[in-house]
Amino acid sequence: MPDLLLELRSEEIPARMQRRAAEDLKKLVTDALVARGFLYEGAKAFSTPRRLALHIAGLPARGEAVREERRGPRVGAPEAAVQGFLKGAGLTSLDQATTVTDPKKGEFYLAVIERPGRETLDVLAELLPEIIKNFPWPKSMRWGAASAEPGSLRWVRPLQSIVATFGPETETPEVVPFTVGGITAGTVTYGHRFLAPEPIEVRRFDDYIQALERAKVVLDPERRKDVILHDARDLAFARGLDLVEDEGLLDEVSGLVEWPVVLMGSFDESFLDIPAEAIRATIRANQKCFVLRKSGSEDLAPAFILVSNLVASDGGQAITAGNERVVRARLSDAKFFWETDKATRLEDRLPKLDTIVFHEKLGTQGARIARIAALAKDLAPLVGADPELAERAARLAKADLVTEMVGEFPELQGLMGRKYATLQGHHESVCAAIEEHYKPVGPSDRVPSDPVSIAVALADKLDTLAGFWAIDEKPTGSKDPFALRRAALGVIRLILDRGLRLRLLEQVGAADRSLAGRAGADPQDLLGFFADRLKVYLRDQGARHDLIDAVFALPGQDDLLMVVRRVEALGQFLDTEDGKNLLAGYKRAANILRIEEKKDNRAYDAAPDSTLAAAGEPAEQALAEALAKARETASAAVAREDFSGAMQALSTLRAPVDAFFQDVTVNAPDPKLRENRLLLLNALRAATREVAEFSKIEG
Amino acid sequence: MSQKKSFQGLILTLQEFWAAQGCVILQPYDMEVGAGTFHPATTLRALGPKPWKAAYVQPSRRPKDGRYGENPNRLQHYYQFQVILKPNPPNLQELYLASLKAIGVDLTLHDIRFVEDDWESPTLGAWGLGWECWCDGMEVSQFTYFQQVAGFECAPVAGELTYGLERLAMYVQGVENVYDLDFNGAEGPDRITYGDVFLQAEQEYSRHNFEAADTAMLFRQFTDAESACRSYLDAGEPEAGANSQRHRMAQPAYDQCIKASHVFNLLDARGVISVTERQSYILRVRELAKACGAAWLRTAAGGA
Repeated sequence: MPDLLLELRSEEIPARMQRRAAEDLKKLVTDALVARGFLYEGAKAFSTPRRLALHIAGLPARGEAVREERRGPRVGAPEAAVQGFLKGAGLTSLDQATTVTDPKKGEFYLAVIERPGRETLDVLAELLPEIIKNFPWPKSMRWGAASAEPGSLRWVRPLQSIVATFGPETETPEVVPFTVGGITAGTVTYGHRFLAPEPIEVRRFDDYIQALERAKVVLDPERRKDVILHDARDLAFARGLDLVEDEGLLDEVSGLVEWPVVLMGSFDESFLDIPAEAIRATIRANQKCFVLRKSGSEDLAPAFILVSNLVASDGGQAITAGNERVVRARLSDAKFFWETDKATRLEDRLPKLDTIVFHEKLGTQGARIARIAALAKDLAPLVGADPELAERAARLAKADLVTEMVGEFPELQGLMGRKYATLQGHHESVCAAIEEHYKPVGPSDRVPSDPVSIAVALADKLDTLAGFWAIDEKPTGSKDPFALRRAALGVIRLILDRGLRLRLLEQVGAADRSLAGRAGADPQDLLGFFADRLKVYLRDQGARHDLIDAVFALPGQDDLLMVVRRVEALGQFLDTEDGKNLLAGYKRAANILRIEEKKDNRAYDAAPDSTLAAAGEPAEQALAEALAKARETASAAVAREDFSGAMQALSTLRAPVDAFFQDVTVNAPDPKLRENRLLLLNALRAATREVAEFSKIEG
Repeated sequence: MSQKKSFQGLILTLQEFWAAQGCVILQPYDMEVGAGTFHPATTLRALGPKPWKAAYVQPSRRPKDGRYGENPNRLQHYYQFQVILKPNPPNLQELYLASLKAIGVDLTLHDIRFVEDDWESPTLGAWGLGWECWCDGMEVSQFTYFQQVAGFECAPVAGELTYGLERLAMYVQGVENVYDLDFNGAEGPDRITYGDVFLQAEQEYSRHNFEAADTAMLFRQFTDAESACRSYLDAGEPEAGANSQRHRMAQPAYDQCIKASHVFNLLDARGVISVTERQSYILRVRELAKACGAAWLRTAAGGA
């Protein structure tokens, strides 16, 4: 079966876009083929800085023939109908149609239209230009003389050539005949920009990948990553060092070279006074180089790994020397920042924060810090922290934002503050909180355990949420510019992982009051946001979202720890036979009530008359008694926060409910009796509400 | 030191190289600008359909980058070598690499890389896609395909190359401190370094930019330039009943836009513009740039 080889060679594609683009290319081409009925055996896409490539194996040479029967008018139908039929079926005269006899309708015309399968080559020539024209680059551009006209081809950077061949393994493949943006697909590509500048003629994937390899291009990004990783480890090992591995950097670097050549450079020992994280940040961010550790130690070594794209004629000496120079200059800057920063105490930086706007509508960073500090102090006793320490930590937590180092490397915020605070001799918990108050960032980040860190982390996040709620800057759809979902998840994880008892509504209210003078946030709305985030979080852990809804539907559910405990107990209860049956009984009762309440146009929400029930059927009487008892027990258990106890109490209702539905006719002829029976069903509804809103439970 | 490797030799080589590619070799614009892009030969000529090829050196002023002559890499006044080719030729990358070769960068020894860097000038309402060009890990040039200038789509697109001349010279000469650069390639008493020419200026201007620049005057100058720009644009409108609808004073108006931009940079360096105000000043300059661009598109050179 024939294969397709497609290469789109361009000027350098940003490293961060290459993988996604290769996958998009594969998906777009294979989807388009499948949509036209062309199945294939396998497809793989590749990327380098200068090309996207796609190999699709096992395509048919042509599509399947299509046979279509089209029924026409009956024989002897008016001329207009016959003409319409001929035109629609693409026939010139009735001779080309056959006639068929239908036992009911008599004789009518039938056209058999046979369309031969289309050549795959033609189909490719039709769909590839469209895919190229509409390619989903995150950012694309126009270029060259063609860009004078509207609608010229857009690509991530100028597209230079296209290889597109199609054919079976044993024969010379054909070029897929198309032209897009003035570029005609052919069989010529180029290898490494410097190491193999001559044109290369390619036919099919096997010789393409080999020819590229000879022309110093490793097509597969995974292979480039392997080469870099192994060579880097080996080089490090040979010098008694360990590579500090960095998957993100490895990905990026593998997208910056077609032919990776790993080299090692060094820098002056004296730079090791700078905090390791800052060394790593500068070498990583600015130079895209890896740092190294002394073997078996946590300490950095005064050396780095660089990945060049060139087999240099001097073995890489000039390249290493050049990179060392730049690293030296960068580390000199970092050292300067570090020394300068140390000269000023964090406390003395606070006035500067009063001049920096956090958000136009939420005031300065200084004002924000004052709010967070007050909130942290209030929260401290609730999380077992010393209020004075929490307040102090909160005051200092953002001070490093105006240090030189954080100005240069924002990702070091918190960490640098902790370093400076430690040097100043601040309390250990204060230092830790300065770094940890940003945590947890996302679902897998570590949750701080020091109570001071917890207090400040909660205060920071609650202030942010209350603030942006107050100015109505809530996340919408995929837009969450202030990372409010992450903040809410942070609060949730702090509460659940550390087992904190917190009335969120009160805390949100406190955060909100401190925003004095601004329109208040709607605390209920914000609580709803927490509920949504909690649902997402618990769902990821396998909990049922309907159970979470069922608990949140009860009034006053703002203690997330209790919500989760209740959801757990409810889940366990519903897994039991008693639970399932009670739920079924509840649904039945709720259905009857819904129908009858609608019919009667009134609510049955009063308490049932116990004497009337006692006078009725035995099952009726039993249920009334069981309900009163179960409700009381459940309510008391809930008050003790004993949710399984409450479920236990409800489970005693199963038998009386079953018996009631079996023995008792709700819609009794006696209206008094009927009313009381409906009220009894309502009492069941009310009893279940002690633990959850059963109407929200599915199944 | 060979003449060719000296700072001025480098400039001469680049001029020769780009002259051979058909560029007009212009002189620096006679106003204070933050980058070579502000030169009307780039900003205005990038607009409209007419082909254009130019290269020139542009002294660039970044008041905030002053370090009193104490930092070996940072200057408040430095040189850019600017090349603009409209439309960009299909082999612009190759031309750029050939120019590096011409100034003595051996491409078999050095690792040249094109690393993503999307360029944007908020004050000029301009953006483009391109790269930082790295030589052994050091950024030596900016390479941009202009997509929009003064808020207008570039049709056709121009390719812009900006060489950081000091950086490049430091690289070619193997010098660690900018002030040690060999300026003229002469020997003995005739030898002149970059420091001989510019060290004192860096000290004086750093003092001026951070400590002395008269902010009251600068605020006035900003408003003056802004209103002058607007009134020149008005005055350049065709007279009532004129046959031609062409604008007649786009360039003088644009000078005032440049002036406002530089005055803003000085005020920023003096630290008298708050974070929130900063944005509104940038927007005000952008509005001027857009209006000037619109006027330029109604001139002969703008293709009207």
